[in-house]
Amino acid sequence: MAKVLMKGNEAIAVAALKGGIDAFFGYPITPQNEIPEYLSKHLLAAGKVFVQAESEVAAINMVYGAAGAGARVMTSSSSPGIALKQEGISYIAGAELPCVIVSVMRGGPGLGGIQPSQADYYQATRGGGNGDYQLIVYAPETIQETIDIMKESFDIADYYRNPVLVLVDGLIGQMMETVDFDKPVKKRFIPAKDYITTGTANHPGRNIVNSLFLDPVELEQHNFQLQRKYQQIKNNETKYEMINMENPKYVIVAYGTMSRICRSAIETLKEEGIEVGMIRPISLWPYPKAAFNEIPEGVKGILCAEMSMGQMLDDVMISDKGRHEIGFFGRVGGMVPEPEEIVDAIKNFKDKVVK
Amino acid sequence: MPKGKVYFEVDLCKGCSLCVSFCPQHILYQDKTEINKSGYNIIKVSEPEKCIGCAFCAMMCPDSVIKVEVDK
Amino acid sequence: MEVKYQKTKGLTDKKLSYCPGCTHGIVHKLVGETLEELGMIGDAIGVASVGCSVFSYEFFNCDMQQAPHGRACAEATGIKRVLPNNIVFTYQGDGDLASIGIAETIHAANRGENITVIFINNAIYGMTGGQMAPTTLIGQKTTTSQDGRNRALTGGPIKISEIFSQIEGVAYLERVSVTNPKQLIKAKKAIKKAFTYQKEKRGFTLVEVLSTCPVNWGMTPVDALKWVETNMVPVFPLGVFKDAGEFDV
Repeated sequence: MAKVLMKGNEAIAVAALKGGIDAFFGYPITPQNEIPEYLSKHLLAAGKVFVQAESEVAAINMVYGAAGAGARVMTSSSSPGIALKQEGISYIAGAELPCVIVSVMRGGPGLGGIQPSQADYYQATRGGGNGDYQLIVYAPETIQETIDIMKESFDIADYYRNPVLVLVDGLIGQMMETVDFDKPVKKRFIPAKDYITTGTANHPGRNIVNSLFLDPVELEQHNFQLQRKYQQIKNNETKYEMINMENPKYVIVAYGTMSRICRSAIETLKEEGIEVGMIRPISLWPYPKAAFNEIPEGVKGILCAEMSMGQMLDDVMISDKGRHEIGFFGRVGGMVPEPEEIVDAIKNFKDKVVK
Repeated sequence: MPKGKVYFEVDLCKGCSLCVSFCPQHILYQDKTEINKSGYNIIKVSEPEKCIGCAFCAMMCPDSVIKVEVDK
Repeated sequence: MEVKYQKTKGLTDKKLSYCPGCTHGIVHKLVGETLEELGMIGDAIGVASVGCSVFSYEFFNCDMQQAPHGRACAEATGIKRVLPNNIVFTYQGDGDLASIGIAETIHAANRGENITVIFINNAIYGMTGGQMAPTTLIGQKTTTSQDGRNRALTGGPIKISEIFSQIEGVAYLERVSVTNPKQLIKAKKAIKKAFTYQKEKRGFTLVEVLSTCPVNWGMTPVDALKWVETNMVPVFPLGVFKDAGEFDV
């Protein structure tokens, strides 16, 4: 198929259709409105389900109901709206239902701003909602990568019976790039959904979709079961990329839009004779801790670069286990850094070291 | 021959006495000396021959304790 | 002898967890009997809410989903949109439907979602120990209105049937009680009509059932039923508030 030039948000919507979406429930919020707008036209035209809900809270609960009824469901929002969804997401994870959630991050906290941000890393990977649960979180850096991940997400969610969060920022959502929607993606065998509520006339026994286990013995066992699943996900779904890691002096850790800015910085530094490599997490949960074991000898320091005040920084420190000095570079509030700022941060690495 | 006959699933009874209150024949009573497995004082029929099979007792029972049969 | 009344197949064998004399048990039976008599048990999907009836997923003999507090109507919307030929109902108390869940309930009604809502109004929060509900009466003492509900401080009881009668997407709306066999029979008729209208795809149906909470009202179950008649009915009058089918030939 020919490549097309498309806006990120629209591409996410098209990719969802290619990925086999049955139903979308969402609410308008800047900067992701092209997603529900595109799906409102194309889902209804395909005889599928689209509802603009009355709030992000209502939308995630519609997702919960539809997922429990066996559909391949999706919602999308941005940072403050994802905050509203946390209750529903915890219930969906606790009830072990599949769904795809797209977050197009904007500045925070609170109403914040509408410009790009990466300040929802904690929200995405450290719960957000109550209890011990995890989302499978992907952070693509290009629209193409977003499309490929979106296409696989519905299968991944179904396979593990777990929500998948595709985390982009307003820049990826709003920019345009040439993309190919027909790149093949990994196909998974999805077992028949024997847990869904389609009516007792349609399956053996009685199905109950539920996250309530009042007996502590039962609830603990349920949590152990969830943890076994998360271990399986860690074993199978960790995704990352290593860039320029033959003989680096410094290693940058960055994801999404920030990693693209850092690629430019790495090129500039190379021209100046400073070799800098990069670990680019593609799955934020499970976090690619093992990548840090692959850092070669002779690296002077690791620079964590994010559009936040230092959220992925925690995982960088945990993964490095104190082997290297760690520096931090961050811009927030919607400020998107120039590659030169990263170049300077590497050159003045000592000033960036986290005490 | 009474028109109706009632059967109580004794262990489901919670002794709420709604059935006693609504029996138009006033033939149900709570036996304060006997408890079931759940510890509730159970309901008994004092004059079963007076049962008219209206099933008001069974209708009002929140716990589906009572089954009612009537003459064909 | 033939059987005149026995336990409905619409309920499971699980012993009900409700307090002695609580009208939840009565309304569960009416819903179960309705599903059985209309042949709907195999296609029904119920949404349990949060409150005393949080365990209703153990009692209704059909597929069930358990919803977060207040969200049952949104969850039911999701189910019904992807399974339009199934029968979808929610079972909610006054905190769940009229307080935290009012937005989800109003909007499901406004969209005319083809679902049936069974609304248990007992003017108090039972499960959490007797706090004030949106439907608590003026002067009624609860654990968070210990001197009696004060209109100046908290407003008056919210009247769901009256409010929802203004919403276009509502196809059937009736307020009933279960205070005696006569009212109970009317309540069952209303519930049956609501589920029938859902099958006929007429829109959103809601039956508000004035109910008791003997434990938190501090009364015997029999006295509690009387209290509904003397105190609640004057504030929440019984009757049909909307019937989209009334002009059918």
